[in-house]
Amino acid sequence: MRWTNWRFVLFVAVFIVGIALSVPSILGLKSGPKITLGLDLQGGLHMLLGVDTKKAIESKIKSIASSIKYFSEQNDILLEDLKIGDKKIEFTLLDKDDAPKIEEFIQKEPGIVIKKEGLHYTLTLTPKEIESIKEYAIKQAVDTIRNRLDQFGLAEPTVAKQGKDKILVELPGIKTPEQEQRVRKLIAKAAHLQLMAVDEARQARVDTMTPEEAAEYGDVILKDRHGRKYLVKEIPILDGSMIKDARVAFDQNNQPVINFTLNSEGARIFGDFTAKNVGKRLAVVLDNVIYSAPVIRERIGGGSGQISGGFTVAEAHDVAIALRSGALLAPVYMEEKRSIGPSLGADSIRQSLIALVSGFVLVVLFMIFYYGIAGIIADIALVANLFLIIGVMALFGATLTLPGMAGIVLTVGMAVDANVIINERIRELLREGVSIKKAIEQGYKNAMSAILDANITTLIAAVVLYAYGTGPIKGFAITMSIGILASMITAIIGTHGIYEALLPKIERSKNLKTWFGIKV
Amino acid sequence: MEFFKTDKIYNFMGKAKLFMAISTILVLGSWALVVFKGLNFGIDFAGGTIVQVRYDKPVDIAAIRKALKKSEIFQDASVTKFGSDNEIVIRIKSSTKNLKKDIGDEARAALKGTGNFEIRRVDMVGPKVGGELREKGLMATVIAIIGILIYVSIRFEWRFALASVLALVHDVSIAMGAISLFNVPVNLDILAAILTILGYSLNDTIIVFDRIREGIVESVKLKDLNAVINESITKTLSRTTLTSLTTFFVVLTLYLFGGEIIKGFSFTLLVGIVVGTYSSIFIASPMLTILGFDLQKYRAKLAEKRKKQQEKERMRAMYEQGMV
Repeated sequence: MRWTNWRFVLFVAVFIVGIALSVPSILGLKSGPKITLGLDLQGGLHMLLGVDTKKAIESKIKSIASSIKYFSEQNDILLEDLKIGDKKIEFTLLDKDDAPKIEEFIQKEPGIVIKKEGLHYTLTLTPKEIESIKEYAIKQAVDTIRNRLDQFGLAEPTVAKQGKDKILVELPGIKTPEQEQRVRKLIAKAAHLQLMAVDEARQARVDTMTPEEAAEYGDVILKDRHGRKYLVKEIPILDGSMIKDARVAFDQNNQPVINFTLNSEGARIFGDFTAKNVGKRLAVVLDNVIYSAPVIRERIGGGSGQISGGFTVAEAHDVAIALRSGALLAPVYMEEKRSIGPSLGADSIRQSLIALVSGFVLVVLFMIFYYGIAGIIADIALVANLFLIIGVMALFGATLTLPGMAGIVLTVGMAVDANVIINERIRELLREGVSIKKAIEQGYKNAMSAILDANITTLIAAVVLYAYGTGPIKGFAITMSIGILASMITAIIGTHGIYEALLPKIERSKNLKTWFGIKV
Repeated sequence: MEFFKTDKIYNFMGKAKLFMAISTILVLGSWALVVFKGLNFGIDFAGGTIVQVRYDKPVDIAAIRKALKKSEIFQDASVTKFGSDNEIVIRIKSSTKNLKKDIGDEARAALKGTGNFEIRRVDMVGPKVGGELREKGLMATVIAIIGILIYVSIRFEWRFALASVLALVHDVSIAMGAISLFNVPVNLDILAAILTILGYSLNDTIIVFDRIREGIVESVKLKDLNAVINESITKTLSRTTLTSLTTFFVVLTLYLFGGEIIKGFSFTLLVGIVVGTYSSIFIASPMLTILGFDLQKYRAKLAEKRKKQQEKERMRAMYEQGMV
């Protein structure tokens, strides 16, 4: 073999690299680059979540209202009828001398529009602020969900923003329905902790009170886990955003409880409130359900509290994770869900492997039958092509999906195409009586433009498929694109190199029937 | 081994009218099917839920239907066998947004007492997502066609581009007709199959066109476009059939052994391969004459181009010599 046969050298190199890169995936070795199996092949949970951003705006309004309330109490400013409505806060100032002070405080908060009629104030948010709250709510939801899933201890969870307002969650590790259910609950948990004051003056009448009547007093009616009703002040003393940490502990009866610690601001507010309200009840509210409503015996400094109330251990664990990772500013809901059992994934792999192998054997035999040794050469290119697809996918950590498997199977059918075109051209030239060396050279040259044009147009379709497809379809586009590129290398360069290497032999034997499957 | 006689040129253009008529009927028939019978949009595009359940014994569908009737959610569920006697799919049109209790859980509860089963797959797509996917799918097809049009126009001539796109429309129409006729649920994988057909059938057409372009230049003694086309198609006939055969075989194994989930996908591809091969032999090229492709003018244009090219090369050669 001549050393100038760069095609052959390149082909052998590519072949070896292809094998080396695909061995870890094929044999399932621990180390080395490996193809990731898509959820449809290994089983798992795929969810597309929507975010209810309206709720984020409501809770922003609520938190502004609580800080106004706290500020006015601290500075002895008397407010009347502090109320929150649909995207607005209303209150009336009693003493007009306090106006500059409270206005200065409100203006510190960004994005608030103040409308003033006499001493009656109406606060609304600017459209820009509303937009940014929505955006933040989505970003925060992504972070929070990722945090929760990381702490849950699952292998390789994916949480990513998708499109403008959706969140993609992929969990390959989910195996049982129970596990799936628990994860879904953990994701959905608002984990909105609020400490609220019980309206002791009116609590006695709670059973006969309507929600409308309660609203008139600035109160809401909440139930505890046993269905008992409580009348609590609508504007919370503080909420979960001030939680620094939450841990599962056990009380004296060995029941799981959750201990939480507040940050310094939360601790200060909590301390001030408990100091002023000794003898009254404090409701610990999680996601609008009252867990406990203990009587305040003394000022609670240090900023730590406890949620007790009949948790199971797993439940307490999940609630603690949710509290630690923060509340969801806006609730999430399911837009799309695909859950695939592990056995189905295994079946899919098995079935597509059967299809791949039988298709492969058919094509290989057919090529040998039709073209003789030229067919064997095309088959060698095909094998190299397969290794190359797997190797390149492993190298880039691409995901192999069920349609991706179909893409590989399809590639097997189409990969020999370039060699078919070339072989037909060579046969044509041989029939015209051209010498073998010239027929091979010219055959490759003549076939080139057709191969390029045909493959580039297919590639255009594959790229579009990748750009517009989701999940499994993207996988199909990837395998098809890699397959097309790989087949161009193996079929155009590789087989040409092999012919060059074999040329002296072919010229000596002159048996065109064996070499190219034709009689001239 | 050889399939076709090499010394004979087949007269494809002589039968062009006949094939055009057949294709027109097929395309119009397909459109009629799509318009009047409609496409069976699967959950990816229409929204809804699929639950795939496998039992450890062959199932009694009637008992399952009865069990499902008790549940409010599954009132209008359709239950069908899936692949084997042990496996069923339940389809409903609704979806649930609730993360805490979803349709998989409901199905588990509703099917309690119908035997030992395992829920292998739950696919739920909300109506909003379905609508978006539908839009994206249409967009993808249109963009792919535009990209192909541009590429072929640059590499060949606009009539080649238009002819190949018309052939594509022909192939995709008939494939859609078959999808409608056999009630294949249209999901994302069917879209992938359609786009693959786009690529594949174009592949076929381009190779014939490439040969026609070559024939226009090389077979100067052929004065008639029809003769050039006949010669080019004949010369590529072997390749077209061979590649189609290998691809057809492989997709057929996928259809037969690839499992139930991939059935719709491989069915669509099978139809596409047959139609795509037919159209690149019998439809795409006659389209060139219909579109008024002028052999002499194109030859003149090519000659002009080649003259310029040669001029350039001569200049370069002179320049290079000058450098030496």
